[in-house]
Amino acid sequence: MEQFLQVFLSGLATGSIYALAAIGFTLVWQAAQTVNFAQGEFVMLPAFFVLIASNFGLPLPLAILAGLAASVLVLGYLFKRLIVEPMIRGKNRGGLSLIIATMALAIFLKESVKEFYGAEAQPYPELVSGGTLSLGGAVISVTDIFHLLLSLGVVVGLTLFLNRTRTGRAMQATAQNPDVAEILGVDTKRMILYAFLINAALAALASFLITPFYLAKFSNGEYLGMIAFIAAIVGGFNQIRGALAGGLLIGVLDNMTATYVTAEYRAALPLVLLIVIILFRPQGLLGTSEGRTV
Amino acid sequence: MKRRNFMAAAGLSVMSLTAFAVQSARAEDTVAIPCVCELSGAGAVSGTNLRDGAHLAADEINAAGGILGKKIVMTDYDTQTDPQTSRALVQKAIDAGAYAIVGTVYSGSTIVNMLVAKQAGVPQFTGAEAPNVTQQGNPYIFRTSSSAAKGVPALTAYFRDTVKAKKIAVAWVNNEFGKGGHDVFIKEMKAAGIEVVADVPSEQGQADFASDVSKIKESGAEAVFVYLNEEESARFLKEAKKQDVKVPLVGEVTLTGQKVIDLAGDAAEGAYAHVGLTTGADVASIRDFATKFKAKYNRDTDHNGIKGYIAVYAIKYVTELVGSFDQEAFVKKIHGLTLDVAKYPGMLLTTSWDDTGEMSRESFMTQVVAGKQKVVGTVPAN
Repeated sequence: MEQFLQVFLSGLATGSIYALAAIGFTLVWQAAQTVNFAQGEFVMLPAFFVLIASNFGLPLPLAILAGLAASVLVLGYLFKRLIVEPMIRGKNRGGLSLIIATMALAIFLKESVKEFYGAEAQPYPELVSGGTLSLGGAVISVTDIFHLLLSLGVVVGLTLFLNRTRTGRAMQATAQNPDVAEILGVDTKRMILYAFLINAALAALASFLITPFYLAKFSNGEYLGMIAFIAAIVGGFNQIRGALAGGLLIGVLDNMTATYVTAEYRAALPLVLLIVIILFRPQGLLGTSEGRTV
Repeated sequence: MKRRNFMAAAGLSVMSLTAFAVQSARAEDTVAIPCVCELSGAGAVSGTNLRDGAHLAADEINAAGGILGKKIVMTDYDTQTDPQTSRALVQKAIDAGAYAIVGTVYSGSTIVNMLVAKQAGVPQFTGAEAPNVTQQGNPYIFRTSSSAAKGVPALTAYFRDTVKAKKIAVAWVNNEFGKGGHDVFIKEMKAAGIEVVADVPSEQGQADFASDVSKIKESGAEAVFVYLNEEESARFLKEAKKQDVKVPLVGEVTLTGQKVIDLAGDAAEGAYAHVGLTTGADVASIRDFATKFKAKYNRDTDHNGIKGYIAVYAIKYVTELVGSFDQEAFVKKIHGLTLDVAKYPGMLLTTSWDDTGEMSRESFMTQVVAGKQKVVGTVPAN
């Protein structure tokens, strides 16, 4: 029982970080009606921004702030202005072209980090280090609890922002029907920009939390991107709460499978889950069906 | 018009002949010893150190006049830690005229690409440590450090007599390197009467070790044998610290390597490992090597840097003993050969190869103390 509790909480902590990245998928989907296949690299890159800032002699808290600011600028603002907007405005607007552009961006970011920072993993400092707590006989890591509380706190805060503030509701209106929102006086361009900036900030937070244990490496985005994408689909691509549920579910199931069933096939579990969801509940566990005219 | 064409053709012919003559003269003055190694992917840490150690040796040898008067030309081929890519690159290196090959480090790659070198009759110096690399009857493969079959048994006495463990856990990476060490370890523990209570495989490149460490904690093991590659070792140590694992963590080769210490930080503190080679050894030749490496690359190396270094020197010494660049004679000469460090200082330690290419020399027990690998004992050559 102690081991179960320990593995469960550890899975929740990891899953909450997956959820941050998965929520980014849903935000970009709602803002630009596209899937950002560079989301894994968006989680990989901020850790390197922090390392670069540290190399300039900044203490960790300032380096993290610098990393966050750089992420919001590069992965939020510049991503929208230089890639998303031209693709949406172009002849073959949005859709497949934009999806392919994000795939190309993923390769570009990965190879750029490899080129400029090397292929080797780099050490990365922990935000909270060491210590354990005893809970019902199980030894629980303080780091895990911190990760879980911080991630859940951010998700709750984001949900409150979207539901309880004027700007948040304007963002939701823009996501649901940008034309009507514009008629009602919503600055839809700004709302879409906010969605991209929030996505970048969430990806940066996920990066700061997971990199101390995954180590900073150019290839980190491959796995994280896939897991976040599956989490978003499993939970429901058009719902933030769905992405949260999907992330937590995959984190816990991965740990449980590796501990009690098989460590060898743990990597296959998210894919099996994805197939099951697509077959039996394509809108995801907490998602809603969307009708679209072609 | 005709005369102009004739003059142009004559001019071109002279230029081509001159270029050919210069190229031939260059080829005659040089010997190709390529480094086929893991410069990216999961093995980048090991491969980069191997390459840099090899280049350091090549530069020294070239500065001293080369091998039998020929300068070494060392071209790097990045296998991306992919066995099939490594196979293609070994072929490419051979097509480019390789006399001998340095690399690869990963056993999974070596076991595949060494067949290509064997078919071409090219001697190959590998950093791989899986026992089966030298158990295939390949006369062209030579180790630069002992295999797990020799290294892991050195730990048995430590677990039995020093730790006095009755129950032990093993965390190992599910690749050629890990499988080789795991199989030898299980056999050794059985012979020593120590029960293996948790046998936990992980995948190469695995990022999350939470469940692995949890299983080991739950097993009641009194010590853990950690047999993982560098990055995975660091992740394992970090997770073990996070879950407050108190029992000794003991590895073979990688666990106390400088790269693992750098990556794991204080989570590596106190970890033990048996290493065939270490820059922390209190041996003058190895200290000198470590100083030269740091001066050239502005960083420390792990044991793979030493492997690359001694591989190139071994090629030089054996070629000079043969007296010509004869690959068949080279292979015959090195089997059963001992290179005494007093006479052959580039070997750093007295080294012997048996008739399978397996090697033997003095080795060390190490522990991580204050962020550095510290030698805490010496294990004689077996």
